Amino acid sequence: MKAEIIIAGFGGQGVLSLGKILAYSGLLEDKEVTWMPAYGPEQRGGTANVTVILSDEPISSPILNAFDMVVVLNQQSLDKFESKVKPGGILVYDNYGIHTPPTRTDIKVHKIEAMEATMELGSSKAFNMVVLGAMLGLMPIVKKETIGKTLKKTLPERHHHLIPLNEQAIEKGMSLVAD
Amino acid sequence: MEINEIIKAENKVMARPRLLTDAHMHYCPGCSHGVVHKLIAEIIDELGQEDNTVGVAPVGCAVFAYKYIDVDWVEAAHGRAPAVATAIHRLNPEKLVFTYQGDGDFAAIGTCESIHAANRGENIAIIFINNAIYGMTGGQMAPTTLIGMKTATTPYGRRVDLNGYPLVISDLVAKLDGACYVTRQSVHTPAAVRKAKAAIKKAFQNALAKKGTSLVEIVSTCNSGWKKSPAESNKWMEENMFVKYPLGDLKDI
Amino acid sequence: MSEEVRLMKGNEALAHAAIRYGCDGYFGYPITPQSEVLETLESEMPWETTGMVVLQAESEVASINMVYAGAAAGKCVFTSSSSPGISLMQEGISFIAGCQLPALIINVMRGGPGLGTIQPSQADYFQATKGGGHGDYHLIVLAPSSVQEMCDFVGLGWDLAFKYRTPAMILADGIVGQMMEKVVLPPQRPRRTDEEVRKQCPWAVTGKKNRERNVITSLELDSAEMEILNEKFQETYREIEKNEVRYEAYNIDNCDYLLVAFGSIARICKKAIELAAEQGIKVGLIRPITLWPFPYEAVAAAASNVKGVLVVELNAGQMIEDVRQAINDKAMPIRHYGRLGGIVLTPDEILDSLKNNFLNPEA
Repeated sequence: MKAEIIIAGFGGQGVLSLGKILAYSGLLEDKEVTWMPAYGPEQRGGTANVTVILSDEPISSPILNAFDMVVVLNQQSLDKFESKVKPGGILVYDNYGIHTPPTRTDIKVHKIEAMEATMELGSSKAFNMVVLGAMLGLMPIVKKETIGKTLKKTLPERHHHLIPLNEQAIEKGMSLVAD
Repeated sequence: MEINEIIKAENKVMARPRLLTDAHMHYCPGCSHGVVHKLIAEIIDELGQEDNTVGVAPVGCAVFAYKYIDVDWVEAAHGRAPAVATAIHRLNPEKLVFTYQGDGDFAAIGTCESIHAANRGENIAIIFINNAIYGMTGGQMAPTTLIGMKTATTPYGRRVDLNGYPLVISDLVAKLDGACYVTRQSVHTPAAVRKAKAAIKKAFQNALAKKGTSLVEIVSTCNSGWKKSPAESNKWMEENMFVKYPLGDLKDI
Repeated sequence: MSEEVRLMKGNEALAHAAIRYGCDGYFGYPITPQSEVLETLESEMPWETTGMVVLQAESEVASINMVYAGAAAGKCVFTSSSSPGISLMQEGISFIAGCQLPALIINVMRGGPGLGTIQPSQADYFQATKGGGHGDYHLIVLAPSSVQEMCDFVGLGWDLAFKYRTPAMILADGIVGQMMEKVVLPPQRPRRTDEEVRKQCPWAVTGKKNRERNVITSLELDSAEMEILNEKFQETYREIEKNEVRYEAYNIDNCDYLLVAFGSIARICKKAIELAAEQGIKVGLIRPITLWPFPYEAVAAAASNVKGVLVVELNAGQMIEDVRQAINDKAMPIRHYGRLGGIVLTPDEILDSLKNNFLNPEA
C-alpha cells in the first residue's frame, strides 16, 4: 500500500492539520509516513499545501511531482496542481469559489460541496474534516475508526467534546462522494 | 642588624597572597590591575573558595589574568565573559563564578552580554576595570574615554560630535532589576584599596548567596596609555575620572 | 522514559533526542526555520525532570559562547540556529575548536546569502566543511536525511565530539527540519553526575579540587608552541578521517550513472532513481552522511564504472568540489544540478537534468 497525496488551499482552511491527522492515523496503522508542509514560492499569496505520504515500505522523497490524490480547496491550487495528478489518479476539489473547473479526462475528478456541507453542520471549523471524509470515501487511505483514535490522542482534553462533531463531519464528507 | 633578625612574624606588614601564582606579571609598573588581582586572590582564599571557583578572563590587558590567580579559568572571546559566566554558573549553580573585564570588553564589544547577564540576574560577580583607554592594543579610545582625552584614535582629544559621550555603564546596570549590587571603587590609595576589597568580597558573597548580579567597577589608571607617571596618573584620575565616574555604591540590595 | 514511537518534525526530534541523551544544557536564539528546537525544549521543561538547563540567550553570539563555556566545564551542551545565526557563531565555534572542546551545533539551513529566505537550502556546505570560522580547524559534519536521523545524529554527534574533543555539527536543511515523520526516540539516559564529568573530562573547569588548576584558553603567543598545538589538531583530524567516514550507497551495483547528494535531497534523488528505472535508465546514489570527513573513496569507487556523475544540491555547486577531488578523472563528466535561494527541487527535475547532461546533451 502506498498513497501519495497533496492537499492545497488557503491558509486557515485547516490544510496542515488535516494532513497531520492523516499522517498520525498512518502511524497508528503501523505505516511509514511523511508530512511535508508547503515550501517555496507556492507558499506566497496566502496558499498552503501539505504533501502526505503513507506507505508499507520506507518512503524515499518527501517531495513529489505527481500524486495519487490531489485535494484542492481554491482556484489557485486547482490551477497549480491539476497537472500533478498521476494518470488514473484522483482530483478532489471544493466547488466554493471555483470559476474555472478542471478539464483533464485521464483522471477521476470529484467536485464536492464541502463548504456548503460544513455550513449545514453549523460549524465552519469542521470544514477540513468534511474534506477528509470525502477523501476517505474515495480512497481507503486509513480506516475511519483510526481517525477517531487519532482525534482522541492528538486533541487536547479540553477539545474532546468536539470529537463527535468531527466524526459527524467525516460522515458528511463521505456521503458527498457516495454514489 | 642582620636581615634574619628583621624577618620575623611580628614585623610582617604585607604578604604575597597564597593564591597568586609565581608567574611574572606582564602589567606595566603603576597599573591598577596587579592590585585588583591581589585582592581577588586574597578574597577567594578568605572565603575558602579555592577549589570551587571558576574565573572568566577577558580580552584586553587582563587577557592573561588566568596566569596569575591559582583557580580554574576560562578565557572568553572579546566581550563574551558574562555569557560564558552565565553558562558555567547555570550548569554548576554551587560554583563561585566571576568575570574580570576591561572597559572595551565590558562596555563596548560586550555591552549586549553585560546588560543581559545582569538583567537576568545571573548569580555572578563582575569585576570591571575602567581606565578609559585600550591599553593592550596601544592606547586607543575606550567607550569610557573622557571628552577631550587624547588617545591613539582620538589624537586631538575625544569629541562629542565625532565620538559621542563617555558611557557610564555602571549606572545603566544599576537600573536593572537583576543587579543586586553595583559599586564604583578605586585602588589608588591604601584606604581605597581596603574599600575596594570589601566591595569585591561582598560581590563574591552575593554570588555565592545567589542574590543576583554584582558589578564592581574599579576606576583605574593606565599610566602607559595616559602617558603620565604613576603618581601623575593617580592625580589626574582624581581630578578628571572621579568627576565623570564618582566613587561609591550605586545600588546595594 | 523508555523507547517510544512518535510522529514529529525533525526540529522537535532534535530537542527530544537531546533530553533523552542526558544533555546538560541548551543555549539558543530563535530563528526560522528551527525555532521549534527551543520551543520544544521550553515546553518539555527538562529542568524539572533531568535537570537539563535551557536558556533563551540574547543573541546567537551569546548562545555559542554559552556553549563554549558549558563545554569548557565538561558538560554535554548544544545550540541550534539557521544560516545567518550560524554565521554569527563562527568566532565562538573557532574558539571551541581551538580549545579542543566537545560541543554540538545544529544548522537548519535556509536560503542566503544575507538575510535570504526562510525556505530550505544547502548553501552552507562550504561554511560547515571548509572552516567557517578563523584558523585551521574542522568540524565533524553530519547530514541527516530523515527525522529519524535528526534524532540519531544528536547522540552520534556528542559521542564523536567527546571521543575526539572537537565540535560536531548537524547540517540539516529546512525540509528535514520542518517535515514530520515517524521517529523512534531512544530511552532516557541519566545525565552524568559531577563525579562522572570530572572523571570523563579531567581537563574541564570544575573547580581545582584534588588536582592542579585547569585553564581553558586558545591563546598562545609563542608561535612555536602554537604550531605544535596545531599539529596536534591535525593529527586528530587525520584520525577522524581514518575512522569516522559515513555514507549510504543506494543502487550502485551496475548503474550507468551516479548521483551524489546529501540530506533530504538524497531522498528526492532516490525517487528520481525510481522514475529513471521505469524508463530503463540505471542510476545509483552515494549519500555522504559525514560531509566532513567526506567519503572520497566511496565516491571514487562508485564512480569507477559509470558514464557520468550528477551532483544534486540546493546550492550553486559546493559539494561538487569534493566529488571532483574524489574522482580525479579528467575524462569523467561530473555535472551539477541545483536550485537556489530556497527553491526545493523535485524528482523529475533531477531526471531531466540527468538526461540533458548525459543522454541527449544536444537537446
